[in-house]
Amino acid sequence: MNTINIKINNKTVEANKGEMILDVLNRQGIKVPTLCHIKDVFPSGACRMCVVENVKTGKLITSCSYPVEDNMEILTHSQRVVDSRKTIVELLLSSHPDDCLYCVRNNHCELQDLSAELQVRERRISGKKNNYHIDRSSASIVRDPDKCILCGRCVRVCEEIMGVSAIDFINRGSKTIVGTTFNKGLNNSSCINCGQCIMVCPTGALTEKNHFAEIRDAIQNPKRTVVVQYAPAISVSLAEEFGMSPGEDVNGIMNAALRRVGFDMVFDTTFSADLTIMEESAELIHRIQNGGQLPMITSCCPGWIKYAEEFASDFIPNISSCKSPQQMMGAVIKSYWADKECMSPENIYSVAIMPCTAKKFEAQREEMTSKGITDVDAVLTTRELGAFLKMMGVNLHNIEPEMVDSPLGFRSTAGKLFANSGGVMEAALRTAYYKLTGKELVQFRIPAVRGLEGRKEAKIKIGEMEIGVAVVSGLVNAAKLLQEIREGRKDIHFIEVMACPGGCINGGGQHIGASEGALKARISTIYNIDDKEVVKVSHKNPEVKQLYDNFLGEPLSHISHELLHTHYQKRDVLK
Amino acid sequence: MAGASIHLPFLKTPRKTIIINTMENIQQILEKYPAQGRENLIPLLQEIQNFNGFLSQESIVEVGKYLNLPSSKIYGVATFYNQFRFQPQGKYHIQVCRGTACHVLGSATVLETLQKELKIKAGDTTADGLFSIEVVACIGACGLAPVIAVNGNFHAKVNSDSIKEIIQNYKNREI
Repeated sequence: MNTINIKINNKTVEANKGEMILDVLNRQGIKVPTLCHIKDVFPSGACRMCVVENVKTGKLITSCSYPVEDNMEILTHSQRVVDSRKTIVELLLSSHPDDCLYCVRNNHCELQDLSAELQVRERRISGKKNNYHIDRSSASIVRDPDKCILCGRCVRVCEEIMGVSAIDFINRGSKTIVGTTFNKGLNNSSCINCGQCIMVCPTGALTEKNHFAEIRDAIQNPKRTVVVQYAPAISVSLAEEFGMSPGEDVNGIMNAALRRVGFDMVFDTTFSADLTIMEESAELIHRIQNGGQLPMITSCCPGWIKYAEEFASDFIPNISSCKSPQQMMGAVIKSYWADKECMSPENIYSVAIMPCTAKKFEAQREEMTSKGITDVDAVLTTRELGAFLKMMGVNLHNIEPEMVDSPLGFRSTAGKLFANSGGVMEAALRTAYYKLTGKELVQFRIPAVRGLEGRKEAKIKIGEMEIGVAVVSGLVNAAKLLQEIREGRKDIHFIEVMACPGGCINGGGQHIGASEGALKARISTIYNIDDKEVVKVSHKNPEVKQLYDNFLGEPLSHISHELLHTHYQKRDVLK
Repeated sequence: MAGASIHLPFLKTPRKTIIINTMENIQQILEKYPAQGRENLIPLLQEIQNFNGFLSQESIVEVGKYLNLPSSKIYGVATFYNQFRFQPQGKYHIQVCRGTACHVLGSATVLETLQKELKIKAGDTTADGLFSIEVVACIGACGLAPVIAVNGNFHAKVNSDSIKEIIQNYKNREI
């Protein structure tokens, strides 16, 4: 038998051998507070927030890292346990800045929640407040060590999920902080700006860099036309910022809301995802037919791109030269659309709403300009859009949906798939199949590349040819796959890499504290849209066709190369 | 008399010649150790520090490459221990005793004054390379408390006034 009986609060329950006490408690619906715990990552037991009382030994044990034992008796909320947890929170607060009212995480802070839950009502322990520098050196992420409670989640995510290890604990005892090598600014480190550290940070120690002021200035400025684009994942994620149900598609409402706060034109990055597919599938076919460097690797994810430049520069020739959809849209707005509207690109202020913090870094890369004009001027995360709309008095609950603007708004559902891990692959294969065979796929769905697993592989038959594809998310998984290829694996021709586990629906700019259920709801909304709507392939997007007919010519044309493609280079950082 | 100087050569801090181009030498040290894993990290860092007098950014990056460990991890381990320094020692290396007896007689103020006077923190070196401060536990000269040692020369019963004078005397030597 693989199950044993244990007693929890005097009630006998079944547990699986070897599992941690915390897992049993969660299954039983008993809420035990945690701080350092990250689901599916090896427990550290550092914060001791999750202690429970082992009746037989009389000891307090950390339920996250203590496996169940036969006939063990556990008390989860005895006076001793609750007092102990409360003391931990009081100790954490003793050196905390306590500036909640000014903190970006006010009202959605785990430390605040725990303090409330455990009825901390007075300052029992006074400690010395820290006074470290706030690190604003990164284009994407701001670090405030004063607010850090040293739970170590960011350190572990950076190492175990991303394989980057830009940060670690430095110094010792009361002087310990989380920092980079030589405690330099994050911009000098190997940080790839993915923002997964922000997603797990229980406090406001890690936040995204905010650009509200610049955007508001641009909106106020009558000389400037302010254009906004939003990524495929935004419409299925924004609802949660307003307490609506996870996965609810608020695309139309969002269009209306963006107009209300003063954006002059509302475009959909999904349009340029379709454009990316046109370019990228042409590039893939070109590489396959002309003996180019294979496997080809996608380039949509700026976290992955910086990772590759730092840690896998031997694969740079394999990475598609396509800019990401955000940058393609930016370039098209300030060329094609500006021409069409007889507008000077200098007067256009281009904002992108992304589920991602690395997009902020990408937007300011010097490759992402043409003739000295940046493709995209400012990037907001999903969270920031929620906050921005609230600041401007717009509530999603009572707005009538509106249409997106033309000619950069129409999208296929293939482009929409970019939100999910495996989506770029699926969209690219649909178009590559058509380009190679002249026929549409009979079955558009490719289930083998769908889902939350870190690595998915499939063999796809296109006419006479069979191509091997792999989809990885979470850069540790990418590193493993690349190592296999270095060691001689040859059966893979096309790889999709997303830095964040599960892809953009779980990006570093998304709602903080979303459950796995919420992620799955976002994923399935995307696939439902794909099932329901008619235009399922990028090459049938009429506005994309128009763009090629009137402006670009054909995929990989000279003008495409100038506007829509880029290059990468090895990056020397402290790693 | 405040500021009396007693020379105790057996406590003298080993002074290391700082070699600017040390990468080749670091490679030689690295090759003595197996190229994988963290078991030998601390002895390796100790040997590099013995050789260079401190752990430079470059040397930490090299160790990381050699052992296949992120440099943040190595810096994390190195900063955990007081024995590692990350800047070359100053020409005058000041050890401030923070043992019990010195603490009772005001070594906290002494350290604070020193840091203010030299505009550096303990563990750092002044920009001109003249002075560095190190906090040590007990120097074993409690009878002289509060005590500091500059390149092994002890200055007994110091206070915030005498410490300024001592610093000035060392500065004057450089004129």
